[in-house]
Amino acid sequence: MNREKDKTDRILRIAEIMINELKLEDVTPASFDPDMDLVDEVGIDSMDLATVALVLQDEYGIRIDEDDYPKLTTVRLIAEYIEEKLSE
Amino acid sequence: MKTVSSLLDSEWYKRYKAISKLNIRSSIYDVTNRCNLRCKGCFFFSSGEDRAAQEEMDLSRWERFIDREKARGVNLAILIGGEPTLCMDRVAAFYDRLPSFCATNGLIKVPRERLPDMMVGISLWGDEEDEKLLRGKDTFSVSSRNYEGDPHAYYLYTITPRQMGKTERIVRRIRDAGLKVHMQLLSNDEGVDAFSWQPSQLRDIRAEMDGMLEMFPDTVISSKYYHRIITTGKMLDRTFGWNECPSVTQPLDPRDPKPKHLIGFIRWACDLKTMHRCCTSATRDCATCKDGAAHMSWVMVNKRAHIRSEQDLKNWIEVYEMFAKLYQFLPW
Repeated sequence: MNREKDKTDRILRIAEIMINELKLEDVTPASFDPDMDLVDEVGIDSMDLATVALVLQDEYGIRIDEDDYPKLTTVRLIAEYIEEKLSE
Repeated sequence: MKTVSSLLDSEWYKRYKAISKLNIRSSIYDVTNRCNLRCKGCFFFSSGEDRAAQEEMDLSRWERFIDREKARGVNLAILIGGEPTLCMDRVAAFYDRLPSFCATNGLIKVPRERLPDMMVGISLWGDEEDEKLLRGKDTFSVSSRNYEGDPHAYYLYTITPRQMGKTERIVRRIRDAGLKVHMQLLSNDEGVDAFSWQPSQLRDIRAEMDGMLEMFPDTVISSKYYHRIITTGKMLDRTFGWNECPSVTQPLDPRDPKPKHLIGFIRWACDLKTMHRCCTSATRDCATCKDGAAHMSWVMVNKRAHIRSEQDLKNWIEVYEMFAKLYQFLPW
């Protein structure tokens, strides 16, 4: 139960960081579809992802390798990636 | 929130997806300080960049340097000079390691048995009269013979105010040689008499370039949005200049704040140590710079700014496709 809540909270927080850092308009963390493709739908590029990754690294105390960027295509996948890094 | 698919029909969305993950990261390399021409208005010689660094002569050092550049994330090497084809072993070292583009005056033919599919951009400064005036000889007669029908070569036609009204004949000759052409403008501050662009001329040449694109759609690699941007210096509600340009060498970049979207660009001198300020000469005034690649990059790194209307996003796609074709990330 707690694990599910942690996951949901993390998704919301990542969406919030994404919205703030990239100045996305007309969307809230709650309305941000966590399965929406960030490149093909939101239009972010590797430089945007680098910006977001810096904030996520600070927030969660993890390292996000640039080689991993191509895998991080949705907010949900980013949340799972962070979870995996935290459990290492 | 506006999403890509909400703005595009299925055909345009497919075009977007074909380029959305390319993440092109280019840097520019002076392959040599030497050239077999002395063109009036060439920034490399007029600004003394040919004397900025001593050429590295050891090929193995070039090879190790290119490997480091690849490890740094560069996925497109743009080879300029001087004249790169004077040092074909260095050009081949790039070709063997990285997607590479070679800018040349076309007087020496790239050996296709060694470099079969390297994209070659042949510089052209006008018709026979202007080529003789600016470069001392009519290079087209030689370069078009060397590269006739070559699918991995195109003309990079630098238009000067003197070329207004003459572009159709030139584009037609290029088409008849079985080649493509991309157009750019001479920058205002190259110190060539009577070649400074006036605002009314920029309006007229934009219309002329648009006309060439309509008349020769299979020959001209360009987009009307690109024509608008290089002739007005405006993109959306922003003005091109020092604070906006993405083609500033990142380790030397003193800007604070820096533009948000930078790609680790460096322009290297041929000692493999010295860096130049930007993709063109440091003597150039950024406010009047007309560098085509810098303006294209400016559009390309500002994708999300274009996700505001269907037309804006289509404009961005066309410029990105144009760049991707010119540097062979997409087929013609």
